[in-house]
Amino acid sequence: SGVWVFCEQRQGELQPTVLELISEARKLADDMGTEVCGLLLGGKGVGEKMAKELGAYGADKVLVCESDLLETYTTDAYAKVLCDTVMAKKPEILLIAATNIGRDLGPRCAARLHTGLTADCTHLDVDVEKYAAFLQDASTLPQAQIDALNREDRNLKMTRPAFGGHLMATIICPRFRPQMATVRPGVLKKGEYNEAKANAVVVEPVAFELSEADIKTKVLEVVKEAKELVDLTGAEVVVSVGRGISKDVETGIKLAEELADLFGGVVGGSRAAIDSGWLSADHQVGQTGKTVHPKLYVALGISGAIQHKAGMQDSECIVAVNKSDSAPIFDVADYGICGDLFKVVPMMIDAIKAAKESK
Amino acid sequence: MKAIVCVKQVPDTSGKVAVNPDGTLNRASMATIINPDDKNAVEAALKLKDATGCKVVVITMGPPPAQGMLRELMAMGADEGILVSAREFGGSDTFATSQILAAAIKKYGVDADDVVFCGRQAIDGDTAQVGSQIAEKLDIPQVSYAADVKIEGTTVTVKRALEDGYMSIETQTPCLLTCIKELNEPRYMSIKGIMGCYDKPIAVYDYNTLKDDPLIDPTTIGLKGSPTNIFKSFTPPQKGQGKMLEGADKATCDELVAELQKKHII
Repeated sequence: SGVWVFCEQRQGELQPTVLELISEARKLADDMGTEVCGLLLGGKGVGEKMAKELGAYGADKVLVCESDLLETYTTDAYAKVLCDTVMAKKPEILLIAATNIGRDLGPRCAARLHTGLTADCTHLDVDVEKYAAFLQDASTLPQAQIDALNREDRNLKMTRPAFGGHLMATIICPRFRPQMATVRPGVLKKGEYNEAKANAVVVEPVAFELSEADIKTKVLEVVKEAKELVDLTGAEVVVSVGRGISKDVETGIKLAEELADLFGGVVGGSRAAIDSGWLSADHQVGQTGKTVHPKLYVALGISGAIQHKAGMQDSECIVAVNKSDSAPIFDVADYGICGDLFKVVPMMIDAIKAAKESK
Repeated sequence: MKAIVCVKQVPDTSGKVAVNPDGTLNRASMATIINPDDKNAVEAALKLKDATGCKVVVITMGPPPAQGMLRELMAMGADEGILVSAREFGGSDTFATSQILAAAIKKYGVDADDVVFCGRQAIDGDTAQVGSQIAEKLDIPQVSYAADVKIEGTTVTVKRALEDGYMSIETQTPCLLTCIKELNEPRYMSIKGIMGCYDKPIAVYDYNTLKDDPLIDPTTIGLKGSPTNIFKSFTPPQKGQGKMLEGADKATCDELVAELQKKHII
């Protein structure tokens, strides 16, 4: 029983998105009256290094599987240890972050465990009252349909965007356990650090069998590309550029950077800007890039294809500058300015500077 | 040696996505295309054919019109096509889909030096699950997010993309690779290819073809064999119409800044 979170670490570093999952698992476990259990696989010493932090965000217990063979991620080793542990202890729910590694591991395990896996979830509920409240807020379903939900239902309701956010689907896995979901990084909120819980966490080493013969892939090297890391998902302000800067790319990016600097934010881009080579791929916002929900999102010269909107439409405030007044970006913008960004942005920068000075 | 490629025909979600009044997707209003990542998978297989002269087999599961897509892939250079199609297969989630595709691949035969290629994910479901699940059902190693592939004999070396870099991975055939767009630039159909594509064989695997495989069972395929079900699907409410600021001059920018100040964003 219990709500489990696969705690992804890479080369001894816990992936920050895991703490979002632990925080969410805490809420689900409280609704179910059960415990949160972190499942941590890695090299020798990972348990000691990471268990406390996992506890601080809500884990009651951390199951630790340590081996030199688990130091670096391989599908074979991780899938074997994870599946064997799940089959031995039978959790109700297993959450995995939808990182490149989580999206490799999740389906392999779901297939082996013969259970369902919902990909890239953005909202999870067990409690029907809470799910009904969510629907009232986030759907256009008639009230009668929401009222008709069976209040006794205890299945995990896994909601995810489909077709670029035009449609939302809630998926259930009623007949098999565990109910598995990969969860989109950056969407769920991390809770507060709790010192008492950090100290109270139970660390439980798990016995497992794993040999080199089980691993059919060999990792030759892991390379971190030497580039400035763009923390799009953690930024409070994102200024993104799109095809609209094509007539003078250098100036366009410089203006975006200047605007972002004023807010202490970062620069992002649409797929068009990334595919054209103007910005590196880690700047991409959208369905195949990153999902962001900053306090302020500024879209410069971005038409607003659904793939882009899917990654930013939940931002608290969206400002769009575009030459075409029929650009779909204006459908989600809180404030729209129809004009040439090369003229508008410098004026915007001046206005913001003036406002800051007069404060 | 052969390259087996799993491809999917998908609605083109890059255009306008139409939603029916009942909240389901209006598929009829959308054009169908070859799933973009799958095209990279086909190209990877064709490159292997260019280098080694191996056979390229394309497999798709879907309704009979998906044969048209197989012909297109043959015009690009694929040698054989398999259409997996049956009423019993309809309504499958990723688990059930991978059961069926794995059974189809087994039926065709996987040799010790074969490579199975898939796209990372399909743009309609966006799950990125079927490739990994096929590999599990075939009990072969997988490498997903392949951004570069080298195949020498039975040794396969893959550059696997991570968010902040990559892993270099070596494995042996038979194995399954899921491909991303960074891997290659898919080729066009050639005139010669188009002329010749209707002479190439397409096999149709229906329920009877595959039913003897232990993977194919009413409890593991189709709607009834799918572990996951759609509980509710709904459209999110339209965001309230934003405010268009008239003009694009200094006054407009001042107005914008004033609004942002009011909201305490500045």
